[in-house]
Amino acid sequence: MPSSFEVTIRARTGWQPVDFKEIFLYRELLAFLVWRDIKIRYRQTLLGGLWAVLQPLIAMFILTFIFNRLAGVSSDGPPYPLFAFAGLAPWTFFSTAVSQSSNSLVSNQALISKVYFPRVFIPLGAIGALLLDLALSLGLLFLLMLFYRWPVSAKLLWLPVFTLAAVLATSGSGLILSAFNVSFRDVKYAVPFLIQMGIFVTPVIYPIRYIPGHWRILMGLNPMTGVVLGFRYSLLGSASPWPIMGLSLAMSLAIFVAGLLIFRRMERRFADII
Amino acid sequence: MLPIVHIDRLSKRYILQPESFLGRSLRKILSPSLPSPASSTPGFDHGSEEEETEQHFWALKDVSFDVAQGDVIGILGRNGAGKSTLLKIISRITEPTEGCVVVRARMASLLEVGTGFHPELTGRENIFLNGAILGMRKPEIISNFDEIVAFAELEKFLDTPVKYYSSGMLVRLAFAVAAYLNSEVLVVDEVLAVGDIAFQKKCLGKMNELSRVGRTVLFVSHNVAAVENLCRRGIVLDKGGLAFEGTSKDAVRHYLGGISGARDSTRHVIDLTAAADRRSVLLRQLEFYSNGSQPLVEGLQIGASFQVRVHFELPHLTSNFNVGLGFNNAYGQRVLTAASQFAPGRSAGSLLGPQVLICDIPSLTLTPGEYSLCVSLEIDNAEADLVNDAARLVMIESDYYGTGRVPWNGTFVLKHRWYMEKPVSTS
Repeated sequence: MPSSFEVTIRARTGWQPVDFKEIFLYRELLAFLVWRDIKIRYRQTLLGGLWAVLQPLIAMFILTFIFNRLAGVSSDGPPYPLFAFAGLAPWTFFSTAVSQSSNSLVSNQALISKVYFPRVFIPLGAIGALLLDLALSLGLLFLLMLFYRWPVSAKLLWLPVFTLAAVLATSGSGLILSAFNVSFRDVKYAVPFLIQMGIFVTPVIYPIRYIPGHWRILMGLNPMTGVVLGFRYSLLGSASPWPIMGLSLAMSLAIFVAGLLIFRRMERRFADII
Repeated sequence: MLPIVHIDRLSKRYILQPESFLGRSLRKILSPSLPSPASSTPGFDHGSEEEETEQHFWALKDVSFDVAQGDVIGILGRNGAGKSTLLKIISRITEPTEGCVVVRARMASLLEVGTGFHPELTGRENIFLNGAILGMRKPEIISNFDEIVAFAELEKFLDTPVKYYSSGMLVRLAFAVAAYLNSEVLVVDEVLAVGDIAFQKKCLGKMNELSRVGRTVLFVSHNVAAVENLCRRGIVLDKGGLAFEGTSKDAVRHYLGGISGARDSTRHVIDLTAAADRRSVLLRQLEFYSNGSQPLVEGLQIGASFQVRVHFELPHLTSNFNVGLGFNNAYGQRVLTAASQFAPGRSAGSLLGPQVLICDIPSLTLTPGEYSLCVSLEIDNAEADLVNDAARLVMIESDYYGTGRVPWNGTFVLKHRWYMEKPVSTS
């Protein structure tokens, strides 16, 4: 049996390049982990997959009632419920995925200390499984648009770009937070709080024009700003402040790359300290 | 030919100190030199560096050996000798601190049965998930699926979530998946310690089969008989270093000789007051003797007499108390229980305060190996104190049968005899 490959195991220090070849070799496992998370997520629940659409739907009703009716917040064109839902769909994906992936390494301790495979699959698998929920809530959004007779335009072609940005921002944050969570369980307490606050610095509830002009570009530093604006742009045809959206997209990419590198650097000690 | 696994001066250092202080932990994460030795981190203040060195622990130190294609190697060693660390490094779960391992084949490790099983998923689903986690491709799993199921003997429960499985069923399923891993090198840690005897046999048979078709196997076990039967070569680790390398027979001999000589396992006076997790500290001390009043400091030869003096305290005046001694083998299975309530005619009247109860076993005939003793005290028919793993007893071989042949397998030796039936005369 001639062995086609050779692996040398030794101590590595400093920053390491990401081993995409190995990730590709193990790609089936990522699919299995996503499939596992999807299968078990709503097991032994009464409503099952309905939870995926109920969460943003109920949030939409509450936000519409409180912010639109009581506080008088208006949308940037479409009916407020549509406006809110188009922002809530990616935001719910982001917040659920970040909180689940940041705990994923710790809750898969046994795997990490007993088997070898690319560790990035654990937080990424948790995120991948939630893409299904995002797809379901987008389906519901189309039903709502039908209900409000709101037209779809060719801008819809942009949706994959912004979905990708959402995945990159979520993955980057999930990778960084899950890696730090291995050493510092503080992450477990910080993440829910940060996510709760995050909705206020992302234009989910209010339109971006509520932010004073010279501050607006700063919102672009938040990668989810671009995602939310982009979802509204491609789905509802809302205004598109490209400088902010472009900055946000760049931030998504930057966070993703940083996440991969930081994770890569910290993963070699996971098994020892988890 | 190049060795299929080449292990070169492998060392692994662990840091024992708990990460409580935020600043230090942060520095550790950000420090570029970890997990390399402290000596190679210039630029940090030396005070805290020295403080850290004291907390270091070398789980593995300068271990080198080669594994040739088709070798079946048994790795022996006491708990904490570095066996698991070695396998974890070879399996790429953790990185070495120094040295390197070169692996020139597809490798699969089985460090624990059932890693990655999810309780909510069915047996069928878990076979696929576990297979994928261990590095199998989907077509590979599908083509082996029926054999896996047959090997695990779980046809009827395939579509039941594994949370409803018994532990025995789980182990069978887990080992079955691993047994069909199509890898050139198989690394197996103490996985046979679980499961019933029949299944253990089946697993050993399967591993034997793998070795016959030329697979390379690295096998860690406390089961010296399994190592001797299954493996051609053996290595013994002791305190992180390579203590012996040779044939599996010689390795087993070295290992058993080594544990019988280890001081800390067989001090003849054992203080129990420090043992944790107890309702109340009533059991105080154990003393071991053999051959009359000889303190037992080395291993006990098969068939020798064994005397345990149990020191304990009675908190109130009572005549209803009993002391029990349990002997567990390396798999945690109870092989002998000696409890005073089984002894006939023991009546001491009502007593209070410190007492000594002596258990005298005229001839202890457990087979060679290490046994863990647990001690319990029962007062008024209720458990008053219990110390698990209070002491270790090492049984060493002896010419028990007087034939020069040394018993090896099984749990016990017993006097018995063999004779031929007189042939019926046909003339």
